[in-house]
Parts: sequence; structure tokens; C-alpha cells
Amino acid sequence: MSRPARHRVLPGFRLSLGFSWFYLGLIVLIPLSSLFLRTFSLSWEEFWGTVTTPRALAAYRLSFGASLAAALANVVFGLLVAWVLVRYRFPGRDVLESLVDLPFALPTAVAGLTLTTLFSAKGWYGQYLDALGLKVAYTSVGVAIALTFIGLPFVVRTVQPVLEDIDVDVEEAAATLGASPWQTFRRVLLPALFPALLSGFTLAFARALGEYGSVVFISGNMPLRTEIVPLLIITRLEQFDYAGATAIAIVMLGASFSLLLAVNLLHRWSQRRLEARPGA
Amino acid sequence: MHPSTLVLRRSARSLSGPAFVRWGLIGAAVLLLGVFLIVPLVAVFTFAFQKGWEAYVAALTHPTALAAMRLTLLAAVIAVPFNLVFGLAASWLIARFQFRGRSLLMTLIDLPFSVSPVIAGLIFVLLFGRQGWLGPWLLDHDVRVIFAVPGIVLATVFVTFPFVAREVLPVMEAQGSDEEEAALTLGASGWRTFLTVTLPKVKWGVLYGVILCNARAMGEFGAVSVVSGHVRGVTTTLPLHAEILYNEYDLAGAFAVASLLTLLALVTLVVKKFVEWRSQPS
Repeated sequence: MSRPARHRVLPGFRLSLGFSWFYLGLIVLIPLSSLFLRTFSLSWEEFWGTVTTPRALAAYRLSFGASLAAALANVVFGLLVAWVLVRYRFPGRDVLESLVDLPFALPTAVAGLTLTTLFSAKGWYGQYLDALGLKVAYTSVGVAIALTFIGLPFVVRTVQPVLEDIDVDVEEAAATLGASPWQTFRRVLLPALFPALLSGFTLAFARALGEYGSVVFISGNMPLRTEIVPLLIITRLEQFDYAGATAIAIVMLGASFSLLLAVNLLHRWSQRRLEARPGA
Repeated sequence: MHPSTLVLRRSARSLSGPAFVRWGLIGAAVLLLGVFLIVPLVAVFTFAFQKGWEAYVAALTHPTALAAMRLTLLAAVIAVPFNLVFGLAASWLIARFQFRGRSLLMTLIDLPFSVSPVIAGLIFVLLFGRQGWLGPWLLDHDVRVIFAVPGIVLATVFVTFPFVAREVLPVMEAQGSDEEEAALTLGASGWRTFLTVTLPKVKWGVLYGVILCNARAMGEFGAVSVVSGHVRGVTTTLPLHAEILYNEYDLAGAFAVASLLTLLALVTLVVKKFVEWRSQPS
């Protein structure tokens, strides 16, 4: 028995254990396993042929490229917003602080409809961008913008607590020793914030890869050009090509799981490096 | 002035140099959040009311809109309590006991968050669809799950699965179990201890988890879209109804529905703020 003795007095171990695993199995594990079992019914050639069609390859390129661009944009935006919210006091700060979570709370379809209408050729933003010769709605730029909106809170919320915890003495010491603000930022703050930035980046990236509702309106859904992977899965399903839909879904799931795993390892490594630094 | 504010002020000056840097950064952040968050919020309501108040009310009281509201509420009313019970059971289990498979369970609880909503819908089609595992059996017994209400409810339960557990678990872990042990020693039953000692201690975490779970349940689009079949007034939730209206070029109608969902999001943010304020250590 590995349970500590002091917990033996608490009741409900068997009940909560049984219920948790039963419910997890029923709602999550059994349904998800259907995905893997369905894939095993395909031969390797069938599987490979399905997941490497030009249309599928174009969809992976768009989904990964736009998600990467959006996650990188979120690192810059998130750092800026977190910095301003933590370090400065200005009128309207509290409202902005609460609004940062809007992309989490707003249904994705609403985000999609609104961004599309704003960025379409006659929209509030689109008319000016159009005059500059910049097309956003129904292009890959639009996809990246929708994904940036969706991922906006992740970096802010991972960086904010770390920034709050950083001892201001360290920055002041750097300044006293003659470091310029930029040097202090680059040499003192950025290394401390790096793990949080990385977590935020990964969360935003992983979310963007699977995102559907906010993108499907603004993308225009042209095969080979603005078709994201989740939409391709739906298209296959609508043609009753269950095997095709499943194979592409497996590729996507594999990609996002290995991404999360890779960054988890990277995160642990950078944490260890940070702790190993003298004086940190 | 509070001493820590003084320190903050001073360090802000020492680090970001002259005031123009400070105001430049604030300006950039405000502009960014304005373009991405505030203008879209204003836009939803502007578009919703572009044909006037009467058209707005008419769009929301149309029979298919009312049916979509009923279905959205139904999905949330089923998904939230189920995931609430699971969240409480799993948090109690993980926060209070050491057992084999504990960290595996913690990882698996988050699984639905790392699965694309479209894949969440797909797995239920593979199980219950016409070509699915249980498809032939369901067809024989005349039970429809996919392209029907049960599929929508199932997909909603799946995508909202982790919310309550994620919010309650850290609160329960932080609280410790001394009071529970005292209550049990004094002769209270297990259930009574849970209801009168544990639940009040974690109530703000529970409330937060429930509102997040509810917001996602009512607003879910991708997963529900896959299993719905878009049968108007029968298998359309509010987000799907907005999509249909938009695709029919009824912009005012689509945004009228969207404005309801936006209000839901704003209420969620207000409750979140309230919970943070109440659960702050005083």
C-alpha cells in the first residue's frame, strides 16, 4: 500500500476511483479508441495514399504554417500585453485585464463571423486594407489572423504570473550596474520569462492546429489554397469517406501530441538549465 | 500609497527609461487589444441591430431560433452536471489519495483539450454513425444518435469534460484535509463531511469551473457541427443557427444570434472576475 497512513481515515477512495475511471473510459477513452481501431482496418498503402494526396499536403502546410505564424505573433503580443498589464497603471487597465480572456469565452463561431465581416472587402478593416492592396478575408493571411485572435490569451496568462514574481531588485541591480533598459530586458528578464513564453507558445500553437470555428468562415475553404486540416476531415466525412477522414485525423492527432511532448521535454530542460545557473 | 506600488513605479521608470517608452508600450498594447477585442465586440452588436430593434427581436423569436436556444440549453443542462460530478469525484480522488495511475489519470483528464473539436465529433460518428461500430445495431433498433440530439449532447459532454476537474483540483489540493479529518473524528458520515466541509471550501473553484464548462457547452461549434447534420430547427444549436443564417446572407439575423452568445461570454468574464475577487486571500 503506497497510501500515506494519514489519508486512510478519509472515505470515498473506492467510489471516486471507480467512478472517475468509469466516466473517463465511457466519455473519452472508448470513443477515442474508435479512431485508432478504425485506422488499423486500413492497409499501410491505403493509409499512406490517403494522407499524402496533394490536397492533404496543402492542408497540412496551411494549418502548420498559419498556426506557427499565429503562435509567434502571440509570443510578441502576449509579452507586450503582459508587460503593460503587470508594470503600468493607466485608465482602463482593469477592463483590458478582464477582456484578455475574451477569446476563451467567446464561442468560436462568433469570432469567425465577426472577423470575417470586419476583414471582408467592404468591412470596417477590409476597406482600408483593400485600398492598400492587402487581401485578408479568404486568404491564408485571414487564417493566421483568426488563429492569432484565438491564441491571444495563452501567452499573456502564462507570462503574467512569472513577471509578477520577478524580483524588481534584480532589474534595479542591473540598472545600477550600468545596464541599459534594453540590456536588462534581454539579459535579465528574457531568460527568466523563456519557459513561460515557451509554454504559452505551445498552447497557442496546439490550439491553433485543431481550431475550426473561428477559421472556417474567414478562410473561404478553397481546396489546395485555403483549406485547413480540420475542414478537410469534415469534407471527407461529408463524402462518407470515413477511412479517409480517420487517417487524416490520426496524422493531425499524432502531430499535436508529439508537439506537446517535445515542448514538455524542452520546458523541463530549460527549467533545469535555469535552476543550474549560479545565483538564479 | 502602498509601499509595493512605490517600488513598482520606481522600477518601471528605471527599466523602461523615459516616459515616451512607457506610453508607447501602453499605446501599442491598447491599440492591439482594441483592434482584436474591443472593436469586434462593438461590431457584433452594431451588425445585430443594423436593421433595427424589431428585426433583432424577430430574428431571435423565429421558431427555428427558439428551437436552437432550447437545444443549446438542453446540451448544457446535461453536460454541466455530469462533468461537475466527475470533476468533484476526480478532484477528491487526486487531491486526497496516492494510488497507482494517479498521474496517468491527471494526464488523461486533459486529453479532450488537446483533441481538435472536429476530431471530437468524428469519434462519435465512427462509433454511432451509419458505417460506425454500433451503426447497424442502432439502425435495427431505430435509434438515431448521429445527426440527432443524442450525438450533439455526447459531443458537448466530451469537449467540456476537463473544465470542472481542472478548476477544482488545484483548489482542493491547496486546502488540505485537516477539517475533514476533524469532522470524521467527531462522527460525521463521509457524505455529510463532503457536503458540509469540503464543498464550501472549494465552492469558488466549483463555480468557476461550472461557468467555463457552461460557456463552452453553449458555444461549442466544431464538434457539434460534425455530428449535427444541420437539420434546421431540429439539430441546430445557437452557433450552428448563426452559421446557417450567415450562409444565407442574413447578416443581421446571424449577428442577432451571435450577440446572444457574446452576452454569454461577457457574463462569463464578469463571473470570472467576481470569483477571483472573492477567492483572494484577505
